[in-house]
Amino acid sequence: MWLADLINILQDHMAMLVKETGNTLYMTFVSTLFAYILAMPLGVVLVVTREDGLYPLKSLYRLLDIIVNIGRSVPFLILLVAIQPLTTLIVGKSYGSTATIVPLVVAATPFIARLIESSLQEVDQGVIEAAESMGASLSTIIFKVLIPEAKTSLMVGGTIAIGTILSYSAMAGFVAGGGLGDVAVRYGFYRYEGEIMLITVVLMVILVQLIQFIGMKIARKTDKRAI
Amino acid sequence: MGTTPFIQIKDLQKDFKSKNDTVTALSGINLNIDKGTIFGIIGMSGAGKSTLVRCINFLERPTKGTIIIGDKDLSLLSDSDLRGVRQNIGMIFQHFNLLMQRTVEDNISFPLEIAGYSKREGRKRAGELLDLVGLSDKRKAYPSQLSGGQKQRVAIARALATNPQILLCDEATSALDPTTTRSILALLKDINKRFGITIIIITHEMAVVEEICSHVAIIDNGVLAEVGKVEDVFRNPRTEAGKKLFFNNTNIVRKMKGKRIIRIVFDGKSSNEPVIANLVMEFKAHVNILFADLKEINEKSFGHMVLQLPEDKDLSDKIIYYLKNIIKVNVEELIDYVVS
Repeated sequence: MWLADLINILQDHMAMLVKETGNTLYMTFVSTLFAYILAMPLGVVLVVTREDGLYPLKSLYRLLDIIVNIGRSVPFLILLVAIQPLTTLIVGKSYGSTATIVPLVVAATPFIARLIESSLQEVDQGVIEAAESMGASLSTIIFKVLIPEAKTSLMVGGTIAIGTILSYSAMAGFVAGGGLGDVAVRYGFYRYEGEIMLITVVLMVILVQLIQFIGMKIARKTDKRAI
Repeated sequence: MGTTPFIQIKDLQKDFKSKNDTVTALSGINLNIDKGTIFGIIGMSGAGKSTLVRCINFLERPTKGTIIIGDKDLSLLSDSDLRGVRQNIGMIFQHFNLLMQRTVEDNISFPLEIAGYSKREGRKRAGELLDLVGLSDKRKAYPSQLSGGQKQRVAIARALATNPQILLCDEATSALDPTTTRSILALLKDINKRFGITIIIITHEMAVVEEICSHVAIIDNGVLAEVGKVEDVFRNPRTEAGKKLFFNNTNIVRKMKGKRIIRIVFDGKSSNEPVIANLVMEFKAHVNILFADLKEINEKSFGHMVLQLPEDKDLSDKIIYYLKNIIKVNVEELIDYVVS
């Protein structure tokens, strides 16, 4: 029976599937973390230096804007291969889960910077003006008004970012990047073992669903704007 | 008398530059505001009054001229000194502008946080202020759980947190219903009396000025049209802008354009006399009341009335003379008085 076969295959590869699921989560979360460390200041600077921002700096804004756009328009698969020298330099090798983190961070940073920019942009100008009228400094406005007021939107953005990075990480399977994508490519693509591929796809779907569910739940919990 | 006014607005001009042209929002504004007054700045929307109030705390830097508060010329201050001055000027807004992700209490203590006070001091002060504005039970609530009037009370409490000497109100009651407006105005008046805080109120509503202001400035098309005590400006508006504002029910007048129409203004005394009845008895003439309104300003009764006089010029001249010199009310003719 087909289902019995599937269960057999699942049992045979259980250890590997668990390990690679772990690898996928490892790549995803570590990449997200590093990408946010880089993207947060970038997003803040983009919002603040805009023409109508708190500290307009036209040339800096333009420069960052162009860099972010370029970063976002390079297809991930190309980027993955193109920056292999950099990856080797940082990690020491260009394959495996840890190595995949480098291109993931590079690809995700401009994307996340945009998400952060648009979240911060949503903060009511009136509230910022109120803080200015109280004599708040730029850093106070950033850390006590902009970011806390955009909290919910930032969390929704974070959920979207994790989902996107997860699917990017699967693409790294084509260059032996580790994780569930790697399994799908190796078994499904090169060895025509459709069942394994199916299982990895189902696992990916479950992961994305879980991340989405948990992320939105946390975001909603922090939202005090509508009770 | 003789002493320098608390707030001096000197030859203020504000231009807004866009790519192609420059718009002058305000020009040549000179105003003196005494300590402890409630000063109204009124004008139609787009007149420049919101820009003016933002110039007072330098949220908008004037293109020309300056603001002097006490002995500090704001145009000479560094950014950080300016922030210090702003901590001494509270401000409330039409849309309240509360931090939505903070509790009521943390909103109120926010200015203290900025000024470097500890969390505990902030909480203590927030508690006192919540008592003052009558919202002690909302300490832990979030702004989204409050009504408009309650939000404005929280905003007032927040604006008072640092014990400022000046409170700027930018259309603070424009988003509120009439009853709530009255209670917010009563609160402002109370605050003014209790703490001697100078309040500057920006509004487009005459009723707000009448209700609490002692002085009023009328801004029209970016220039100062009139300024003075509310009673004086109300009794005798000298400019078109002033007449428009004090005399808003003008569509009735427009219909009667071309006929002889006068506006008579009562001060506290004459409004108790049956002026119109006496007038009709005296001249046996038909007098048409087009509009009448009576108000309480600073515990005195004021009112104005628009009358259509008989077409006979002789008779109407006599009536005007009678009103001016016998009844002794203020009379002005509204010939061809048209309001856009």
